[in-house]
Formats: sequence, C-alpha cells, structure tokens
Amino acid sequence: MSERAIKLEPKDYATDQEVRWCPGCGDYSILKAVHRALADAQADPAKTVFVSGIGCSSRLPYYVETYGFHTIHGRAPAVASGIKLANPELDVWVVTGDGDGLSIGANHLLHVLRRNVDLNILLFNNEIYGLTKGQYSPTSRIGTTSPTSPKGSFDAPVNPGLFAVGAGATFIARAVDVDQKGLPVLLNAAREHRGAAFVEILQNCIVYNKDVFEDVVGKKTAADTQIHVVHGQPLIYGKNRDRGLRLNPRTLTLEAVTLGEDGVTAADLLVHDETSPVLAHLLLTTAAPLPAAMGVIHRRQAPAFDATFSSRKPRQRRTLVKQLLHRGDLLDRR
Amino acid sequence: MRDFRDPRHSRAAMTHRSNTDNVSYVVRFAGDSGDGIQLQGLQFTVASALGGNDVATLPDFPAEIRAPAGTRYGVSAFQVQFGGERITTPGDSPDVLIAFNPAALVVNLSQLHPGTLIVVDEQAFTEQRLKRADLASNPLDDGSLGEFEVIRVDISRLTQEAVKPFGMGAKDSLRCKNFWALGLMLWMFDQPRDPTVSWIAGKFRDANLRDANLAALNAGHAYGETAELAHVLVQRPTPAAPLAAAEYRTITGAEALALGLVAAGELADTELMFCSYPITPASSLLHHLANLEDAGVATFQAEDEIAAVCAAIGASYAGRLGITSSSGPGIALKTEAIGLAVATELPLVIVNSQRAGPSTGLPTKTEQSDLYQAVYGRNGDTPLPVVASRSPGDCFDTAIEAVRIALRHMTPVMLLTDGYIANASELWPIPDIDSYPDIPTRKPDAGTTGSVFRREPATQARLWATPGDPRFIYRVGGIEKDFETGNISYEPDNHQAMTDMRRDKLAKVADFLPDQTLEQGVPGGLVVVAWGSTYGTVHKAVRDCLRSGLAVAQIHIRHLNPLPRNLAELLGQFDEILVPELNSGQLATLLRDKLLVRVHQLNKVSGQPFAVAEIKRAISEHVRPRMQEVRQ
Repeated sequence: MSERAIKLEPKDYATDQEVRWCPGCGDYSILKAVHRALADAQADPAKTVFVSGIGCSSRLPYYVETYGFHTIHGRAPAVASGIKLANPELDVWVVTGDGDGLSIGANHLLHVLRRNVDLNILLFNNEIYGLTKGQYSPTSRIGTTSPTSPKGSFDAPVNPGLFAVGAGATFIARAVDVDQKGLPVLLNAAREHRGAAFVEILQNCIVYNKDVFEDVVGKKTAADTQIHVVHGQPLIYGKNRDRGLRLNPRTLTLEAVTLGEDGVTAADLLVHDETSPVLAHLLLTTAAPLPAAMGVIHRRQAPAFDATFSSRKPRQRRTLVKQLLHRGDLLDRR
Repeated sequence: MRDFRDPRHSRAAMTHRSNTDNVSYVVRFAGDSGDGIQLQGLQFTVASALGGNDVATLPDFPAEIRAPAGTRYGVSAFQVQFGGERITTPGDSPDVLIAFNPAALVVNLSQLHPGTLIVVDEQAFTEQRLKRADLASNPLDDGSLGEFEVIRVDISRLTQEAVKPFGMGAKDSLRCKNFWALGLMLWMFDQPRDPTVSWIAGKFRDANLRDANLAALNAGHAYGETAELAHVLVQRPTPAAPLAAAEYRTITGAEALALGLVAAGELADTELMFCSYPITPASSLLHHLANLEDAGVATFQAEDEIAAVCAAIGASYAGRLGITSSSGPGIALKTEAIGLAVATELPLVIVNSQRAGPSTGLPTKTEQSDLYQAVYGRNGDTPLPVVASRSPGDCFDTAIEAVRIALRHMTPVMLLTDGYIANASELWPIPDIDSYPDIPTRKPDAGTTGSVFRREPATQARLWATPGDPRFIYRVGGIEKDFETGNISYEPDNHQAMTDMRRDKLAKVADFLPDQTLEQGVPGGLVVVAWGSTYGTVHKAVRDCLRSGLAVAQIHIRHLNPLPRNLAELLGQFDEILVPELNSGQLATLLRDKLLVRVHQLNKVSGQPFAVAEIKRAISEHVRPRMQEVRQ
C-alpha cells in the first residue's frame, strides 16, 4: 500500500482472536510464516483475502488480519474462484488440508489448478484427519492405524504434488512447517506467481500423527533427507554439499550420487529446470534413500483464467437493457 | 374444440368465430427428436403472435438428443394454442396434429378429440417404420382413425421435389420437411410467412441451404392453396386478439428470467456473476446470460453444482451479486452452501427450474415438486425466502423481485420456475424498466462507519462491506458467529440470538410484500389456490367456471416463503379451498402448516401440465351450487 506511512510488522497481520490449535501443532509455525510473508511483501490487508474450507488448517483465516472467509468442507477453491473472478485486484489465498483439499474437495482443487485461477493455495498435509479425531486421510501411508483403520489402512495414498502435476498446475512447491526461513520466501513466490500456485506444506499433527515426516524433517538428518531445489542450479544436497541427483537414462529414474566418487563431477548432475513437468514428476516421487525435494519444484507461465474471464464494467447499461428487451420480433399494438 | 370431419361444421365454426372474435386453435407438431419439431413450433408461434394472435406453447420432448428414429419414446412434440382471445394455456387437446411418422401419430392419439384434423406424412408409414412404432397394422388403413379427419400428404416426397433444384441429397433434403409442413400450417391459419422467411435468411449462412429451406416453406404454403382437399384444407384465419395497448414480443421463460436478472442488476447498480453447471431444463438460462456480458453479467461454468453455488457466494462476498441456477438434483447438491450463505448473511439468488423427480426423474418433463426442498430442505434452522414465477413473461418480474429481496435483507433467495415455463413462450408486453423502482443495497457509502454486523432493524440486513475496503476488514464463516463481531462463538445465548435473528429476518421479508390479491372472482364459495406454472390453466378453468355461474375465485401465490401477511384472512373469506398442484400436495401441506386451513387437493405427477378440463372437473366437485340455491 503506497500511501501507508508505517511499515507493517508480522504482528500487524495477527488478529485479536485467541489461536486455538493444540499446543505444539505445526499450524502455529505456518501461521507465523504467513504473518512474516505478508509483512515481507507489505501486503495490503484490505486487498488480501484468506479463504478456507473445514479442518484444523481451515481455522487460519480467523488469525490473519485481512479479509477472511471460512467456508464449507472442500469448497474453498470454488469460493475463492468466485472472489477472485468478481474482483481480480484481490490477492486471494486458499488454506486447505489433505482431507479438505484432496478428499472431499479434490474435484475443486483439480479444476482450479487446470483453470489456473490466480490463487495461492496452501495445502497443510499431515496425512491424517485431525479435527474429526484421527481417522486416516487420502494421504495416509498404507498401514496407518487409526480409529477407522484399526488393522492398518489399505487405501493407496495420493501424492499431492503429483496430483497438481496431473492437473496441469503452473506452480508447485513443497515446504516444511517449521522452516521459518524458507517458508515465508516460498509463500511470497507463490503470491507473486500469476496463476494457481500450489504449496504443499508438510505439517506435524502432534496429537494424531506425531512425527510422521520425521524421516524427512528430522533436524539431525534433514541436510541428507531433503534437497532444496533452485532453478538453474545443479541438484546438490547433503551436509557437506557433496551429494547430488543424476538421471539414469536407461530407467528414467533419479539416482543419488556422491561427488568425487566413481569419477562423478558436478557436470554429471541434473540441473533443476522448474519449467519441466517431467522433472517435477521425478522430484515429487523420490523415496528414501533419495532426498525429498523442497522449494519451487515446478513453475511455468500460462494464461491465468481470471485474466481472460470477462468481468467488465457495463456502460450505459440502462440503454442496453432497453435494447435487449426490444430485441426479436415485435408486435406493436399501442 | 374444432370438429374437422364435416365441412358444414367447419364453416359453421368459422361463421361463429367471425361473429364473436373469440376463437382459438390448438396445433400439435410431432415427429422424431431430430426432425426440427421444436423449431417448427416456435416459428409457427412467432408467426401467430406477429399475426396478432395471443399464444401459449408446450414444448414436449424426450431427454435423448437424437433418440432412435421412429420409436415411440423418441417422439418430440410442440403444441401451441393461438387465437383471437386471451390465451393462457397451450390447450388441452389439439385441433390439428401434424405427425411425421407412425410413432408420432400413435403416442398422441389419446390426446385427440373426435374431429381432430390429422395431417400425416404418408411416405413415413412403411412396414419398417410401423414396426419401429410397435404397430401391428397401419392405422391409416385399419379403421382405427375413424373418428378423426385424416389428410395423407406425401410430405417427404413433396419436400424433396421442392428442394431438388438446390442439389441436395435425399437425406439432407428431408431435413427441410419441417419447413414444408410449417408452410402448410401458416397457409391454413393465414399467418404471415415473413417472420419465418427472415429467420431462415438470418440462420443459414450457406445460400444453398437457405434457399432450399425457403423453397420448402413456400412449397408447403402453395400446396395448401392448390391441393384438391377443399372440404378440410380450407383456410381458417384467426382474428387478432384483443390485447391491451402495448408493444409485444414473444418470450420464453428462460429469456425473460435472463432479462429480469440483467434489469435487476441495473436497478441495483450492481454487477452480477452467474455461476452454473449445465442441467436440463435449467441450462438455457446460462446460454442466454452467456451472451449478455456487456450488460454487467459475468458467467462462470463451474465444474459442478457445488462449485457453482460456492463461486456465486464468493462473488457476493466480493461485491458482485452471485446467482446460481439448476434443477432439483443440482439444488440438492447446493444445499450445504445455501446454508453457508444464510449463515454469512450474503445475498444470493438460486434459480430452480424444476423437473419431475425424485433423483434424475424425468429431466425434460415438468413438475412442481421442489417446494418442500425450497422451503424446508436444509440442515439446521435455516430460513430462506422463496418466490415462484407463474408464466414465461412473469419470470422477468420474479427475477427482479428475487434480487430485491436478496439485496434488501442480505439473504439467499430461491426462485422457483420449471421446465414448462423455461421452454414455453408467450406473447409478452415489453415492460418499461424506468417504471421499476431502484433496488437499494446495503453497500456502505463514504460516511458509513461501525461493524459489518450492525443490522438494519427493519430488514435485519447487515452491511455489504467487501474486500478492498480498508474500513471493514472482517472474517466470516459457517461456524456460528458472534451476533455483533462476527467472530466464532459457541455461546448458548448467542446461538439463540442468531437463530432468532434469522427467523426474524424471514418474517421481515413479509413486511415488504404486497397484499395477496384475488386474480378472479369475489369472496365466498370456492377459491382455487395455486402457484407457479399452473397459473394459465387455473386462470382459464376459473374464468370458464365463473362464466357458467359458479361461485369460484382464484388466488395465485408468488411469495411462498414467507406467505403474504393477509393470505390467512383472505382464505378465511371462502367456504372451500382447492389446491391444484403438479406434485403430491406440497403447497397444501405448506398452507396447513403455516395457516392451519383445511384444503382440498388436486394432484397430478405425470410429467404433463394440467388440462383445463381437469381443473374444471375438480372445481365442480368442490364448489357449492350457488345458482341453484339462489333459485330456491
């Protein structure tokens, strides 16, 4: 906001409402990163709208001092589309979870991504239904024991990022809830993207699915279990920055290599190309011992739906309405 | 009903007609669903209207787009009543049936009266086509059509001959036979050809196709003049209808609804966003509005019914008026979101073009069976204003009324129409938009201050503050909210207060409604109380009964929730109440529920509108024979 004299701090984006997530919930970190991201961007609270569905994640709009709409289960992308199309000047965020976004609302998520409506979509993935007390979700791994899967689930999970690739998303990113340095940057990258930006945030539900991502996010091992991808940079990771990913051209899979071993040099590594959906597919499907990809995995430019959608202001509408009323075959009996 | 069997009868009828200016005819076109029947019927309707007749139509077609040719279930029909008197119904029984094949003849036989003129395409009565229509023998030869006047015409051959100069193949040339038959009917009733000629000229870019169709039209017309069938094929000109002084056009319900919404947007100085998902018979509204973006309507074809209503709600939250539209099954899907709009106190118009149910039901057939769904069909105590249109042209005013209520009270409003109204057309006096009062909104102006949830006492409407306005930044949602701040509240007293507020808001809608009036008749005796598309039929039945001296009156209800304040008192002035409905008794239940009145029911759920005779029969069963009492 150009006329604003005072610089807004992260706390200025917090509301007076008491935050009611479980103590230790990953949502607190995400909320903090959202406040930080908005402050970094000096986002205009009046022109920013947070829209959510139903679930723990969907309470977030009540805690952000902007316009906010807590809608119904799974439908946030549809409501947000209506808001954005009605007023394209608004910066519209969607907050959803793995149940809200990929179960009951997966259809809307699919369509909002393929249409490329200019929304910033944050999917908090904790691989469990939290608010309904711990049932397995569409991202729960096979074997997850829960009140509705006492012997372990046998439902094959969906990969959120891969779902987005399939839907034709133009921006796909992944982050960890507690990453207070990287997450705000990523959120603003999503905000700046013209089109639907999809951000999967690995979120720790400490009550019903505690530490389910520990193998990826554990502090001691994170450097070796995560790879932070940067467009145009080779895919390097590891505590000593000596590990990398290269393509096995025969199997069309990624393989982890160590620089300096078996004659491997940096030139052998794949260079991240965020415009390639094929590379996005590979990066989104890595499994241990390969690291999990974080950062902007896919980004390309495509026309945003709202840019083409016609919501023009009518001019001389009364004259036009009169013309419309008199269109067609007329019988004058005056 | 006209008897075409005896030439003297026909002439007598004509003489009678010219004396009274009080004559109408009913023509039914029937053929395969790919024969262009609807087009033919609509063109005939327009010609009749421009010729000065009043008109009412009944399109009656199958759900299949191109059903297998020649089958009974694939028959598409279009019925039109036209004439020199006020026409409010498409007519109970056709005076003329045009049947393009055996199936089209046989499925319509039960609706004909003795003396109906049947024009058949004789060439279509082949052994194979008879078999497709499940006929063991040819009705043209087996004596089963004895009580009708049948004219056999080689429509197919004559059409092919007429279009031969344009070098069309046998199959393509047969596509012109609807215009040939239309030409014959235009001649028969002395209706102008010009509207159809200009329609054809505008429709076909290909000069050859255009000329072929014109040739077919003219050939059919010429056939009437020259054929040696003088005793039946005589011209029957209809006198001009005694219309009130106005400029008229023909209009379908879907068109009138689209124009009404656009006009309402102008009256409210608000842009509209129409979000919908295709469904029969509601899609035509989306088709019409998709062409009106210059008039301040944005249309969004959503991925499903739920997304459609949710996007409309989003639009309303952001300051456009969201409108969504569907038929019963789609409205069911939207139900949860409608509750969200009630809870968040946002304006929204939900149009339900009703069709026969339950489930998928009969998509192309009409019914009035979503009244319970509209009034009662939500979880929680979730009141919703409901209005219904009664005829194609009336959709214009109903749309304006729905928008007015939605914006005055900051509430979703359900507008009920149906498949019959949406597709039917009538002659419509073009309204003057300048004569309609503006529609005020609750948008804050430059001086407005305070909470978004400060409600106007007279309407219980909150402020319509929208994103972009730095003064009113607020959060809202489907969780019960604090009465004043809008923040989440689980307080027992607050939920009571919010529920009471929503109840009061609905009650306050009634404060602004006009008093319920009598359409016809005077207090005392029997009153026929109806709603929606049965208006025209009930009007005609009551009018006929009044003329024959029965103590009967008509009430037609537009505002179904809340009901007009004076309705109970008005009903109390009658001895008996008859409620005819195309459902199993939904308005009857509503009246008993809200007004504790005793009502008689007349119910029909065949997918077809009431016949005037059915209403008259029910009236005669329940009316007290006042005239005889007087005589004693």
